Amino acid sequence: MVELTRDPIDTGELLTRVASYQAGAVVLFLGTTRQFTGSRRTESLDYECYEEMAVDKLNELEGEARRRWPIVHCVMVHRLGHLQLGEASIAIAVSSPHRQAAFESANWLIDTVKQVVPIWKKENWADGTSQWVHPGAAETPPKPADGHVP
Amino acid sequence: MTVQVKMFAAAKDEIGQTVVAIELPEGATVAQLRQALIDRFPSLGPLLQRAMFAVDRCYADEAARLGPDDEIACIPPVSGG
Repeated sequence: MVELTRDPIDTGELLTRVASYQAGAVVLFLGTTRQFTGSRRTESLDYECYEEMAVDKLNELEGEARRRWPIVHCVMVHRLGHLQLGEASIAIAVSSPHRQAAFESANWLIDTVKQVVPIWKKENWADGTSQWVHPGAAETPPKPADGHVP
Repeated sequence: MTVQVKMFAAAKDEIGQTVVAIELPEGATVAQLRQALIDRFPSLGPLLQRAMFAVDRCYADEAARLGPDDEIACIPPVSGG
């Protein structure tokens, strides 16, 4: 099951959704908003998404994970919009009969989400500039958060 | 033909539009679209070189041919998760 939301992620509710008497293991991964990237301090993040394709890709990844591992339940939730420090941008909850599959599949899912799902993060730095994160591309110059280019 | 290309993130901010109309020859490829976008928005060249393109919500390779009714998106390097 996959979901995009603009609301804070309810981790208790996700754990309830993946609970099963068939599962001996539940793994919950949360991607959370970290304050420092190198020496740069984050004030907040914004997430943007190509929603229709992101849902398709998340479903595709769940399907692939279910082919590779004996998964009972799988829920992935990605948050969009504005996030403060410490808030979760993504939750992946997996249950399986034994723990190896839960650990491995959750790990594969987050690694692969970060490579293929059309979602983008914008860093709002403490110095007042903002910058979209596009890994591997020549760094896009930071702009003042109000959009004015000096 | 005219194709409509959805734009996101830094590309969208730089251009100031969520969708860009681009004039291309009939049967143009993703590679030709990429070049047309770079020609139109040279400041976005480096980012566009690293972007993927999606057609009807699937990543497309450079040789994929485009049609005027395709749902096309420019996908700069992603940073979700």
